[in-house]
Amino acid sequence: MWQFFHKLGSPKWFYGIATRLMPWLLVVGAALLLAGVVWGLAFAPKDYLQGNSYRIIFIHVPTAFLAQSVYIMMAVAAVVTLVWRMKLADVFVKAVAPVGLVLTFLALFTGAVWGKPTWGTWWIWDARLTSMLILLFLYGGVIALDRAINDEKSAARAVSVLVLVGVVNIPIIKYSVEWWNTLHQPATFKLTEKPSMPAEMWVPLLLSVLGLYFIFGWLACLRMQTEIIFREQRTRWVKDLVMAGRP
Amino acid sequence: MAFESLSAFIAMEGHGPYVWTCYGVFVVLLAGLMLWSQRRRRTTMEACRRNYEREAQGQQRTARPAATFTRVEVSQD
Repeated sequence: MWQFFHKLGSPKWFYGIATRLMPWLLVVGAALLLAGVVWGLAFAPKDYLQGNSYRIIFIHVPTAFLAQSVYIMMAVAAVVTLVWRMKLADVFVKAVAPVGLVLTFLALFTGAVWGKPTWGTWWIWDARLTSMLILLFLYGGVIALDRAINDEKSAARAVSVLVLVGVVNIPIIKYSVEWWNTLHQPATFKLTEKPSMPAEMWVPLLLSVLGLYFIFGWLACLRMQTEIIFREQRTRWVKDLVMAGRP
Repeated sequence: MAFESLSAFIAMEGHGPYVWTCYGVFVVLLAGLMLWSQRRRRTTMEACRRNYEREAQGQQRTARPAATFTRVEVSQD
């Protein structure tokens, strides 16, 4: 168990695993996402209330869902950084923060464009939208703080603390549609209940959520590899790797 | 198909501009992020390779100081 834990913390070991995993993540992710999006755009039935504008859901929900779960993953990694000082955990936080930023922006953007024909407005300052905007700022803050501190270890500690403080925002996003009055509709998927939409709608949605998860996995591996090369460039194995000219 | 023709698919009963804007921005940003990340790994590796090569050259030349310091006298008046 402990041996496995130490192996997991080894950048060299991770680099090798990531290289082998990445083609699968990309192929499976692209296939699932494409299937979900094409199905959702062209084949899923029209919503009786919102008409065709609801088709935005097939990218809005995946990006919003991932934006939050990436932050939770970052928070877990931040705990690991602070408690066990594991290098890879910090590499993960640094590598995925820009991905989270893009996903949160996409969730907000697609939400605003969906809001116009559905609610009659691009934006309102209600709990769900505002807490998502705060998530965007948190991602931006993590990136900025990391860049502002030159020393790697101090940066890792400061960023971890910021990520953990910001985690309070996640339950606020999640329950905002239940705690406060809002224009936003309640959650599409719940673990305890069957979805309130027909299968021809939620199956493609599930496919695109899963697909985006795999694409995120690919992005995380790729960006972690980049960070590992940069940090470990003084080691023998990175030098061999770089001079061999393979990815 | 939920639509009868290609033009109906594009128009989406008036919701076309909203739907296609979202999908367009989604594709551009996601593909952009993926390409940028891939490019960054390549440029990082290239930068490291140049560093290694420079170091290898530096070791061949002997007794070259890492930096030179010049004492500059500054008058205080």
